[in-house]
Amino acid sequence: MSVVLEQIFQVGFLAAIIRIATPLAFATLGEMFSERAGVLNLGIEGIMLLSAMTGFTATSLSGSLWLGVLAAVLTGMLMGALHALFTVALGLSQHVCGIGVTLFSSGLAYFLYRLIFGQQSVPPNIKGFATLPIPVLSDIPVLGPAVFNQFALVYMAMLAIPLAAFVLYRTPWGLSVRMVGENPRAADSAGVSVIATRFQAVILGGALMGLAGAFLSMAQFNAFTFGVVSGRGWVAIALVVFGRWDPWRSAGAALLFAFVDALQLRMQASGLGHIPYEAFLMLPFIFTIVAMAVMSRNAVAPSALLKPFRREER
Amino acid sequence: MSAPLIEMRGITKSFGAVKANEAVDLSVAPGEILGLLGENGAGKTTLMNVLFGAYAPDAGEILVEGRPVTINSSADALAAGIGMVHQHFHLAPRLSVLENLLIGIPGKSGRIDRAGGLARLAEIGRQHGLTLDPDLPVAALSVGEQQRLEIVKALFRGARLLILDEPTAVLAPTEVDGLFAALRSMAAQGLGIIFISHKLNEVRALTHRCVVLRHGRVAGRVDDPANTTSSEMARLMCGHEIVPPARGPSTPGAAVLTLDGISTSRHSGMALRDVSLFVRAGEILGIAGVSGNGQRALAEVISGVAAPDAGRMTIAGKKVEQFSPRAVQALGLGRIPEDRMTTGLVTNLPLADSMVLPRIGTEAFSRKGLLKPDAIRAFAEAQIKAYDIRCPGPMTRAGALSGGNLQKALLARELAFDPQVLIVSQPTRGLDIGAARFIHEKFLDMRAKGCGIIVIGEDLEELLMLCDRIAVMYEGRIAGTLDSADATIARLGLLMTGAGQTEEAA
Repeated sequence: MSVVLEQIFQVGFLAAIIRIATPLAFATLGEMFSERAGVLNLGIEGIMLLSAMTGFTATSLSGSLWLGVLAAVLTGMLMGALHALFTVALGLSQHVCGIGVTLFSSGLAYFLYRLIFGQQSVPPNIKGFATLPIPVLSDIPVLGPAVFNQFALVYMAMLAIPLAAFVLYRTPWGLSVRMVGENPRAADSAGVSVIATRFQAVILGGALMGLAGAFLSMAQFNAFTFGVVSGRGWVAIALVVFGRWDPWRSAGAALLFAFVDALQLRMQASGLGHIPYEAFLMLPFIFTIVAMAVMSRNAVAPSALLKPFRREER
Repeated sequence: MSAPLIEMRGITKSFGAVKANEAVDLSVAPGEILGLLGENGAGKTTLMNVLFGAYAPDAGEILVEGRPVTINSSADALAAGIGMVHQHFHLAPRLSVLENLLIGIPGKSGRIDRAGGLARLAEIGRQHGLTLDPDLPVAALSVGEQQRLEIVKALFRGARLLILDEPTAVLAPTEVDGLFAALRSMAAQGLGIIFISHKLNEVRALTHRCVVLRHGRVAGRVDDPANTTSSEMARLMCGHEIVPPARGPSTPGAAVLTLDGISTSRHSGMALRDVSLFVRAGEILGIAGVSGNGQRALAEVISGVAAPDAGRMTIAGKKVEQFSPRAVQALGLGRIPEDRMTTGLVTNLPLADSMVLPRIGTEAFSRKGLLKPDAIRAFAEAQIKAYDIRCPGPMTRAGALSGGNLQKALLARELAFDPQVLIVSQPTRGLDIGAARFIHEKFLDMRAKGCGIIVIGEDLEELLMLCDRIAVMYEGRIAGTLDSADATIARLGLLMTGAGQTEEAA
């Protein structure tokens, strides 16, 4: 066991947690904005995959990393708008449309990737983001290299968390988002457009999901593979519940999940006993299930989640 | 009075073939409280929804201070200075009072203007005596406070005309006094108020002028409500005389339902604490109280939906061993639930199915696990005829019936089996005078036949008219029981707010 403990407190381990947590934080914040406005977005898994693909492709073709990020964000916003079109404007089932968006986006991602890159024996890769040490801060022992010697996208995620909390709790738009997620009729009678607010929240959520996808293919793996997302979108949906629809708690949930994930990676590497590595792979997901079971008892979802708003229904 | 604040001219609005409003004229002057009277379906709510921008009128125009305006949304209405307090509050329970006020208000340099909001709230509090704790979540407010918040919300947005849709339906008598005081203060400061109600005494006490709607048209105008009799106004509303049924003397028999020390610990709503009461054959017991003081738990225990933690209940002299709707029904209990649409019947099924649902497994309607469709249909047809339930037939979707006809159907389904005890919650809520009258007569018929009836209600006048005795619930207990000969609205009102009878003497 001591081997494991030693490894936990290594700089590399802490840095790994931060890196694993970053796409989860983006995705969780994105899903949170959408759900706070009353729209469950099960399209998240597919939106992340398609964004990872478009981001990777844009960078691969143009050579510019930030152009890739932009492409990923725009992809996320576009797919968010598609989901909002079905669920907000047309008031269709959020579950069915979300799964539809995931299937469509995934299929589109595979199709376009094959179309553009063909079938190659060695998958193409790009020169992804390099770490960007922040002067002074990165010199702090242990914490410095782990937290302040990361990719630019990691810093963006760190900034996104307080920014999301500020927007949600301190701005009139954030209040509108919370209101349309709790009681759309109240927002409507106060002159707030429920449809517009929900559209905006779902599209903002899509943008954040796009960033999550961009991180995976452009900073973490520097390549696009069909398993690049591998369930992180679904995990984010659970983390939103775990984080009780709050930006800080959601980010905390992402960190906790990342800790368990990083831990199991180390345990695999350490070759503990003769346990098959698949057993370790299960750990973060078992953690998610247990955490959900414990935490979701007290979690109260936005009252109007899943409920389409139609004005004439009184 | 000066030029009207709001004027509606020739408003006509149809829904399909139904004319909900036809050539309605209405105006409110600054400082005036206008009563808008009418039975259900008379078009009051439609008219106000036109004014508040929810519906576009087919014809007619709206003038604000003499200028014609187009109101297509609630935002337009707010901009024109029109605020509305809906019957069902438009509040987000988990957000704070201040957040509910600030929704839709532009912020200051991109942020919510908390300081400005607090100042405005304090100012409104000073002007009209409407004070609220800004940081409390709305869920923590009483119903009366939530209504106050709705009024403040309208004033906060600069409303000069306030529409209140049946505001007293949810209030205790003392809260009604507070509301009226606030409304009078607002009117005195030049605001216009439209007060929608079908409680005639309230309209007479509060309003300066009344417009009475019937079948979507203006049936009459009353210029001096205080000196117009209730029966005169009722005649305008219904188009004919309404005589309240007289409750003759009764000689109650043995107790048909007793509760002895019943306590519950329920997850939602107010629990019961040591409730004891009885109902005798041939008597009507009223249960009064501000809603949310344990009435729902009481109804659920008596009708077998929820089992109590402690205490004993008997029906027709037999102890209830097992609390299930079927078991108490077998002992002779009939039940008409509070919410006709959700717990009363299944709105998407044919009326006939809903009418036999509580007894679906009995021999009358099924054999060896198979339904007897002919028997079900015949039963429904017989009841539809006997109770004059207006519907195309027994296979009509239950949800398509009007409230009055649904209530008749629910009453028919219980009374057909001659219950020894009948428990009803809010028997006439949302019904018009004619339908309510029918229900009341049926109760008095059952009383004469020796049925014991419990009526849970919030309308004290109705309870005083119907009941032989009235028990008042407060915080899950029976705060006191009065013989209706001794009961007055004032005495009941005191018990409803938790003030004991000793305090009343002081």
